[in-house]
Amino acid sequence: MVGASSLIVVAFFMMIFAMLVVRSYPSIINDPLMAFGSTWDVNLGIYGGLPAILGTLASSAIAVAFAVPISLGMSIFFTEYAPKKVRAALSVTIDMLATIPSVIFGIWGLWVIAPFVKTYIQEPIIGSIGFIPLFSGPAYGLSLFLASLVLTFMIVPIISSLTISLLTSTPVELREAMISLGATRWEVVRHVALPFSKLGIFAAIILALGRGLGETMAVTMVIGNSFVWPFSSPSLFAPASTITSKIASELYEAVDVLHVSSLVGLGLILLVITLAVNLSARLIITRISRRNAAE
Amino acid sequence: MRLLSRRAKEKLIIAVLIALSGAAVIPLFWIIGSIVWNGVSVMSIEFLTSLPAPFGSSGGGIGNAIIGTLIINLFASGLGIPLGILTGIYLAEYAYDSKMGSAVRTIVESLSGVPSIVIGLFAFTLIVLTFRHYTGVAATLALGIMMIPLVAKATEESMRVVSNDLREAGMALGIPKYNITTRIVLSMAKGGVISGSLLAFARISGETAPLLFTALFSFYWPTGIDQPIATLQVLIYNYAISGFADWVAKAWGASLLLVLLVMTINVAVRTFGRKKCGGA
Repeated sequence: MVGASSLIVVAFFMMIFAMLVVRSYPSIINDPLMAFGSTWDVNLGIYGGLPAILGTLASSAIAVAFAVPISLGMSIFFTEYAPKKVRAALSVTIDMLATIPSVIFGIWGLWVIAPFVKTYIQEPIIGSIGFIPLFSGPAYGLSLFLASLVLTFMIVPIISSLTISLLTSTPVELREAMISLGATRWEVVRHVALPFSKLGIFAAIILALGRGLGETMAVTMVIGNSFVWPFSSPSLFAPASTITSKIASELYEAVDVLHVSSLVGLGLILLVITLAVNLSARLIITRISRRNAAE
Repeated sequence: MRLLSRRAKEKLIIAVLIALSGAAVIPLFWIIGSIVWNGVSVMSIEFLTSLPAPFGSSGGGIGNAIIGTLIINLFASGLGIPLGILTGIYLAEYAYDSKMGSAVRTIVESLSGVPSIVIGLFAFTLIVLTFRHYTGVAATLALGIMMIPLVAKATEESMRVVSNDLREAGMALGIPKYNITTRIVLSMAKGGVISGSLLAFARISGETAPLLFTALFSFYWPTGIDQPIATLQVLIYNYAISGFADWVAKAWGASLLLVLLVMTINVAVRTFGRKKCGGA
C-alpha cells in the first residue's frame, strides 16, 4: 500500500510532464521556435515567448541580487552579534514572512508599495540619471523593478533560514582558534564562517532563484503585464511580463486552441527551467552533507 | 592605530548588518500593518456571511468565498494528506536505503520545487480542457498534489527520529512489519505527522495561482465540487486588480481573514509542537 501510494506520486509527476507536452503540441507544431519569438499578439495569432522568458529571468535575477546582501547581512547579524532575545524575535519574523501567501504580497505591492516606489524611488532616479536607458522613464509604478522588489522580500526568508543553519554549524574549534589569535567577530565571519559555508549559501541562492522563477501572483499583480519589454524600452522601470504573469492573466479567457497551447508551452518551459535549477541546488546540498558526514 | 581601525571597522560593519536585518524584517510589519489598517474597517457580520452584492450596489460580503476555500482545502487534504503520509512511511520504513527509495525521494522533492502555477496548469490540461468545464475538482487535484511532498517530508523526518531500539524490540517480539510501523513508529511520530499536515493545509490555503483557471470564481454559494467555486484567494486577486474602491476594500478584508487563518495555524503548530515534541 505504501509502495502503491509512492507509485501514484511518481505517476503524478510523470503525468505533469506528459500532459503539458500533449497540450502544448499544437503550438510546438505551429512554431517549434516559439520560445525565441519576440512578438506575442493574440489578435494576429502570433505567440512568441521571448519577452516573457526574459522577464522571468530578469525579475528573478534582480530579486536575487537584492536579496543576497539582505539575507547574508541578517544571517550574520543573527548568528554572530544578536542578543538572545533579538535572535528569537528575528527568527519568528522570518518564519512568519515565509508564511505570507503570495497573493497578499500582491495586493500589498499593488496598493501600498507601487505608489511608494513611484514617488520615492522611480521619480528621483529618472529625474537624475534617466538618460541611461536602463533607468529611463516614465515612472509607472508597476514595473519590472517593482516585481523584483516584491520578489526580494519573498525570497529573503529562504536564503536567510538556510544561511543561518549553515553559519551556526561552523566548527567551534575553528572559531575559537581565530578568537584566540585576537580576531574580531567580523574577521571570524569573514575568514572562517563564510568560507566554510559558501557552497551551501550558493545552493540556498539557487533554491531562492527557483522559487522566484515560479512565483506567480505577486509578480502578476505588480509587473504591469506589458508584452513588449525589453524590445520597446530596456528600462527597469518599464512594465514587463513573465511566463507566470502571462499564464495567470490570459489562460482563463483564452479560447483559441493555439493560444491555450502556447500558454501551456510556456508553462512547460518554466517547468524545465525550475526543475534544472532545483536539481542543481539539490546536488550541491547532497555533496555538502556527504562532506560533513565524512569529517 | 591598526587596532583602532579594526575596531572602527567592526562598528561600521555592525551598523550595516543592523540596517540589512531591518530591511529583511520591515516588510512583515509593513504588510501586517497595511492589512489590519485597510481590512478591519470592512469587517462585519454581513461581510463574513453574505454573498457579494450586485455590482454597483454597496454592502454584500464574501461568505461564499470563505466556504469555497474551506471546501476546496478539505477535499485537497483528503487527497494530499493520505498520499503524503503513505509515501512518507514508504520512504522512512520500507525504502530508506534502497535505490528505489532514493528515486522516489528525488521525485517527491522535485515535486515540491514545481511552481504552483505549473501544477495548476496540469490540473487544467487534465480536467478542464478534457471536460470543457471549469470545476472545483481540478483545483482540488492541484492543491492535493501540492500537499503531498510537504506531508511526506514531515512524515519521513518524524519517523526517522524514532529510535531503532523500538523497532528491534518489536521485531524480537515477532510483531509483523506493518504492525511495527503503524502501532509503534507511527504512533511515536504522530505529533510530527499532524503538525506537518496542518502546515501543509495552511500552505495551500494561500495558494492562488492553481485556482485561477480551475475553480475560477463565482458570485453564488457553492452548489457542488464539480462547479466553479469562489475562493478567498481568487477573490483577493480579482477584487484587488479591479480598481473599484469598494471591491479593493473588500479584497483587504479578505486578505485579513486569509492571513489570520494561515498565521493562526502556523503559530498554533509552532507553540503546540514545541511543547509536545521538543521542536517542530
